[in-house]
Amino acid sequence: MTTRRQFLKVSAAVGGGLLVGFRLGAPESAMAADGEGGNSGSAGVFEPNAWIEMHPDGRTMLTVSGSEMGQGAMTVIPMMIAEELDLPWGEFDTRFAPADEAYANPALGSQVTGGSATVRGFYTKLREVGAATREMLMQAAANRWGVPLSELRTEPGVVVHTATGRQVEYKDLVADAAQLEPPEEVFTKDREDFRIIGKPTKRLDTPQKVSGQADFGIDARPDGLLQASIERCPVFGGKLKSVDAAEAKKASGVEQVIELEHGVAVLAGDWWSADQARKKLSVEWDEGELADLDDEAVDKQFQEGVKADARPARTEGRGAEALGNDENTHSATYRVPYLAHTTMEPMNATASVTDEGVTLWVPTQAPGSVQKVAAEVAGVDPAKVTVHTTFLGGGFGRRFETDFVREAVELSKRAGRPVKVIYTRPDDVRHDFYRPAAYNELSATLDDDGLPVTWVHRIAGPSIWSRVAPGMVKDGIDPAAVEGAADHPYQIENIAVSYAQVDPGIPVGFWRSVGHSQNAWIVESFLDELARRAEIDPVEYRLKLLKDDSRHVDVLKRAAEMADWGGELPEGRARGVALAKSFGSYCAQVAEVSIEDGKPRVHKVWCALDCGIAVNPAGVERQVHSSIAYGLTAALSGKITIKNGRVQEQNFNDYPAVSMDQMPEVEVGIVDSGQPPGGVGEPGLPPLAPAVVNALVSLTGKPIRRLPIELDGEA
Amino acid sequence: MATLTINGRPVTLEVADDMPLLWAIRDYVGLTGTKFGCGAGLCGACTVHVDGEATRSCITPVASADGKEITTIEGLSSAGDHPVQLAWVAEDAPQCGYCQSGQIMQAAALLADNPDPSDEDIDRAMKGNLCRCGTYNQIRAAIKHAAAAKMAGRDGEEVSA
Repeated sequence: MTTRRQFLKVSAAVGGGLLVGFRLGAPESAMAADGEGGNSGSAGVFEPNAWIEMHPDGRTMLTVSGSEMGQGAMTVIPMMIAEELDLPWGEFDTRFAPADEAYANPALGSQVTGGSATVRGFYTKLREVGAATREMLMQAAANRWGVPLSELRTEPGVVVHTATGRQVEYKDLVADAAQLEPPEEVFTKDREDFRIIGKPTKRLDTPQKVSGQADFGIDARPDGLLQASIERCPVFGGKLKSVDAAEAKKASGVEQVIELEHGVAVLAGDWWSADQARKKLSVEWDEGELADLDDEAVDKQFQEGVKADARPARTEGRGAEALGNDENTHSATYRVPYLAHTTMEPMNATASVTDEGVTLWVPTQAPGSVQKVAAEVAGVDPAKVTVHTTFLGGGFGRRFETDFVREAVELSKRAGRPVKVIYTRPDDVRHDFYRPAAYNELSATLDDDGLPVTWVHRIAGPSIWSRVAPGMVKDGIDPAAVEGAADHPYQIENIAVSYAQVDPGIPVGFWRSVGHSQNAWIVESFLDELARRAEIDPVEYRLKLLKDDSRHVDVLKRAAEMADWGGELPEGRARGVALAKSFGSYCAQVAEVSIEDGKPRVHKVWCALDCGIAVNPAGVERQVHSSIAYGLTAALSGKITIKNGRVQEQNFNDYPAVSMDQMPEVEVGIVDSGQPPGGVGEPGLPPLAPAVVNALVSLTGKPIRRLPIELDGEA
Repeated sequence: MATLTINGRPVTLEVADDMPLLWAIRDYVGLTGTKFGCGAGLCGACTVHVDGEATRSCITPVASADGKEITTIEGLSSAGDHPVQLAWVAEDAPQCGYCQSGQIMQAAALLADNPDPSDEDIDRAMKGNLCRCGTYNQIRAAIKHAAAAKMAGRDGEEVSA
């Protein structure tokens, strides 16, 4: 077995480029196929690393080391490689990476697509991968022509000898390059030399996605496939007690009924027959400990927890002790509900377990976890598990989980056939890992100018990291629960932010922008309450509290300028503003709203985003639209209701999503700070709810302290 | 059982009469471009044309489509070059793409009925087609793009993006 070689190690910066001690890596899977770890594959194929494969006939294959869930990984990853490789844009094929640690995102340390980390995690590595490959091609030309490497340059797809104008295409160099050792050092381009990065670039997957050709997980159809619909215990943590499956087994098309610990699976040749027969099961559940849980009980647990067990997440100055108790102190309680993800493609996974191992087709954000879980369930070595990551019909954090993979692998193992598990929409809504609900007590004491001198924020809610990676929780603080609250940028003398971990037992998980999704709303709405009390314009109020010349200030001013903040508004309309930094990017939004038929109507959102270098500005713009739509759904209607330990909502009728007629106009301003890339898939979401709520409060004068927004709701 | 035409091809479906057209198309005909989203006619991901009408195939029993002409996303054009598809490419509308087959089928039906839809017409026709990625503004632009291309008597490709 070949040992995996080390990837790039940056050792020094020289002449505006990166100097790296360069050891190119190849994926273990590719190495196994090649027999040994050389840079060349078979027949003159040039495989200098885990991302690039160049053939003498001119074909180039780039491996996409991130899941494509709509955010544009399949386009932006090739952009970073092709930039430095000087590859003609679009003249290559792509494939999704297999499960292999070689493709771990450097920012995350594992093969996960999430945390808005694809570009910021891979930005350095993939440019170095491209640059080193380009240099090997140039070296091959230098050797052929007997000239020093320094006399050569590249044009897209071609090495050029500058003095003589001689040219050779990459394809005519790949066989020679395959014999070369990778360079010891590699130089990446200066920003002004970019010809791909920074240019608005169309998605590579659009043609497949407008013709029905793009294969999602749900489209997998291995030979001999059985399809499963699973009746799961409706109460979280409940188990199967007994089932009478006689009627289901008699139903047309049904091949097998398999009992699981948490449910009963019906398997048929087509999915609909399996799902129809599922309705004929007669099941008794052991509902477990949560059978009496409801929203009121959850809220009570939170309220008790925040009093009994809040741990400090941030303390500045004298902290909570500095809080006054006179009329200069303002207090409010904010609440957010559990939220489901409702990706358009319901959860699904397809597994084929045989004596040789496991093959999976999964729309997943975490191929490495899929491989591990499948190996565990099937009882095989992870090396015997092949994961085909398909297109994802949305991810939003839900496809970080592997519950549906576990089911598919167990069913395939027991059925002896390939099995595809598909969730119905109600299954998807009722068996999610929800955005945590949270309860928040806030108080601030204001000075004579109306500015806060003391800020106290107590949070109670469940912890995501306690389940996913307990080591992330230190001194009782789950960073995901307090992000956006403990690290808000406002300069206040005394700050106390605390968190009480209270876990009522509802499964919780990552949901687009995670803790920022609620905390930005809470901080920015409470701040607006203070500004309103002080009778100071909310943009002005924030500027007074922010450090001068910060990236926060730049985006706030830019959003205000874009929206002509303070300008004339049509009758019945109002505007709100909000600011949030998340995932390494700074975002300010202004929302213009009115009330139509007693309901909030968002007309337009202006968004200023500083995400550092915007690798694909077209992609950035669309991710802002996307974050606004996702955040608006949560603000207007997102609410999971718990009763008797069960989720009450089940489909888009009672868990609606923003539709075409509700989508605001969106104007995006990318603020170019020249900084390294920040995240893009999530930072546009956190400011949306507070911008909308702050605008509505301006219209109605009534506080809104619960989401989803109720104009006449309880404060 | 039902005998119908799918994308111009006669097909006999030997399945239960109440099987939704969606599952017959996906699991028996093997055309997977039409998507399952909600199973209740609430999201539009499964939209196909039945005799030219945009129809939610997830709540359309096969028997009710007997003798009818069905068009799926795969049959909208032979090479992905229907004016609506070209407009979608020009505006780079999709993100995850899962809802887009349904969006395109809905939009194609809208434009067949109403070659120059207003924003309100677009809202009315499209609001049943959900997109969790929030591509609505790009979809609106694409519909207008396709309408402009048709009005100009040219195909979408000739209209600059």
